[in-house]
Amino acid sequence: MSQTLNIQNLHASVDGIEILKGLDLEVPKGEVHAIMGPNGSGKSTLSKVLAGHEDYEVTDGRVTMDGTDLMELEIDERSREGLFLAFQYPHEIPGVSNANFLRAALQARLPEGEEIDAVGFYKEMYAKMDALSMDRKFTGRAVNDGFSGGEKKRNEILQMMMLEPSYAILDETDSGLDIDALKIVAEGVNRMRSPERGFLVITHYQRLLDYIVPDVVHVLFDGRIIKTGDKELAHELEEKGYDWLTNELVAV
Amino acid sequence: MADSATLEAVNIDNEAGNFTYPEDYEHDAGYGLTADTIDYISDIKKEADWIREFRHKALKSFNNKPMPTHWASKDLENIVFDNIRYYLSKGQKPTRSWDEVPDDVKETFERLGIPEKERKFLAGVEAQFDSEAAYSNVKESLEKEGVIFVNSTEGLREHPELFKKWFGKVIPTGDNKFSALNSAVFSGGSFIYVPPGVKVAHPLQAYFRINAENFGQFERTLIVVDEGAEVTYMEGCTAPKFETATLHSAVVELVAMKDAKIQYITVQNWSNNVFNLVTKRGMAHENAEIRWIDCNIGSRLTMKYPGVIMKGRKARGEVISIALANDGQHQDTGAKMIHAADETTSNVVSKSISVGEGRSTYRGQVHIPKHLKGCKNNTECDALLINSNSRTDTYPAITVRGNQHATQHEASVSQVSEDQIFYMQQRGLSEGEAMSLSVNGFVNDLVREFPMEYSVELKRLIDMEMEGSVG
Repeated sequence: MSQTLNIQNLHASVDGIEILKGLDLEVPKGEVHAIMGPNGSGKSTLSKVLAGHEDYEVTDGRVTMDGTDLMELEIDERSREGLFLAFQYPHEIPGVSNANFLRAALQARLPEGEEIDAVGFYKEMYAKMDALSMDRKFTGRAVNDGFSGGEKKRNEILQMMMLEPSYAILDETDSGLDIDALKIVAEGVNRMRSPERGFLVITHYQRLLDYIVPDVVHVLFDGRIIKTGDKELAHELEEKGYDWLTNELVAV
Repeated sequence: MADSATLEAVNIDNEAGNFTYPEDYEHDAGYGLTADTIDYISDIKKEADWIREFRHKALKSFNNKPMPTHWASKDLENIVFDNIRYYLSKGQKPTRSWDEVPDDVKETFERLGIPEKERKFLAGVEAQFDSEAAYSNVKESLEKEGVIFVNSTEGLREHPELFKKWFGKVIPTGDNKFSALNSAVFSGGSFIYVPPGVKVAHPLQAYFRINAENFGQFERTLIVVDEGAEVTYMEGCTAPKFETATLHSAVVELVAMKDAKIQYITVQNWSNNVFNLVTKRGMAHENAEIRWIDCNIGSRLTMKYPGVIMKGRKARGEVISIALANDGQHQDTGAKMIHAADETTSNVVSKSISVGEGRSTYRGQVHIPKHLKGCKNNTECDALLINSNSRTDTYPAITVRGNQHATQHEASVSQVSEDQIFYMQQRGLSEGEAMSLSVNGFVNDLVREFPMEYSVELKRLIDMEMEGSVG
């Protein structure tokens, strides 16, 4: 069984408008792949399609995760199968504490009749919160309710650390973060890097990739990957702008 | 998200938690309501003449009163009073020892999930099986302190001087058509008296249920708490499912004397065909406090507006309520706060959830007259709509005269957004679990007001409502 997140010829549309137009991408376990691209290139659509958002219609193509057909699974099944999406705009859940939410998410992964060990759960959560410099008061606060942008993103990383996915998609996790928060978040992600886990880091700016150094960089434009390279590609883009590539594309 | 999927996710499993037993009634007043029905009930109960008289007067008032058309839904017109049996009884006297309780009644308690140890811990249990109390047990320590906790029939018989003084004083017979009906045919319910200065440490509990088709339950509860005394009373209801409508119309009167405190807690989970038309009101004397903590789930139509008349200076009234209306259900609930003395304070916090085609209505009445000073009211009502065809209405009527008062009113309507559910599902929760967690989150701050065992039960009830049929 192939240990990759494999995307072949993915076409997806929203409200009848095609956004992804034949996207190919493979993220093997153990690697960090970055996707960069200008606004409107389809970056966020890709993350939503992979997670299974119902507003997006997949019209063609194939996505497998360690050989499993992802498109056959419900949103929550994909999650339990090991896919995690760190949201660009994490949602608020008023009245539901972070601790209860995480507990429910972990509980959902257990077989029927099995209960989470509460002591072990709190111990693990506190250790991971310490790593992210999160105040313990966060456990009692409602999920993302009244959180600052930085707090929300840190909370996403905490959830990722608790759920230990096989593949994590980070959708513009750097947006709205100051440099200190960015470092903390990046450190959290770096600690999660392992041969057992693949990352897809979606970002508009190269800045994040200074802290989460990718193995591979892809450029997404108009619903397709138009260039793939190593981390230097990100620097090149930062220097020359996306026009450099898109003009090249038009010229070809 | 697909509408059908949502409906499926939130649809109630009507079979869950249902149970019925063969009907086996020793006394049955038959169908319909006439002066003969009243005499039948009074004869069976061997009641004093003044009560018989009280019932007959109430029947006249009931017959003369119109349906409460301006407040109620049209659905009330579907009640056929002639098709209802107004009195059913096993014919048994309230029992004090557990051994004397019939086995099938014990079985009912098992099915209701009242744990054995809880029964022992409870200060006293007054459990109503149909019209008569099947089991009544007041702990010796309570009796030593002079606390009376009996069913209303026994209260009338054994403590007429206490009963008569307050009976029908907080809620007059003619308050509304259904309080008149209750006054005519009442049976069961609790009578509690707490003497001056006695603070009852454990909540007193009563469990109610209905077990017969077309059977109206008309319990009557009177709680009198004397100066400086305190008590918490809890009632919980569950009912099996029936084919035809069932009428439940209770009257609950509370009297808190100077410096007294009463907390009345209700968790109700009626089956879909029950008309639950309840009149609940308390009278708070000087510096007394009355809190209604109320949770309504299920029923075809619930109309319930717990009230507090703040009669003495610095009296306080509070209503905290949660209502959940599913398909085919209408929760018409609210609060009445009548300020009748200086420096009185009232607080109303209401949260409602409408699922599918469920409808929830908040009606609040706050009355602060001109001649008073230093009165305060706070009203908050929040509604959560689960589906696009769910419905909620808010009718706050706040009458404040004079300029020496402080009132504040907040209302909100929100909807569980698809993106919120998507977010939760992405973390591995099924659609039903996500919905359930959202709803529990919405009511979370109010659920904390309920005692531990009730808040657990409440969460379980909400879970059942929200994910009933999700496999």
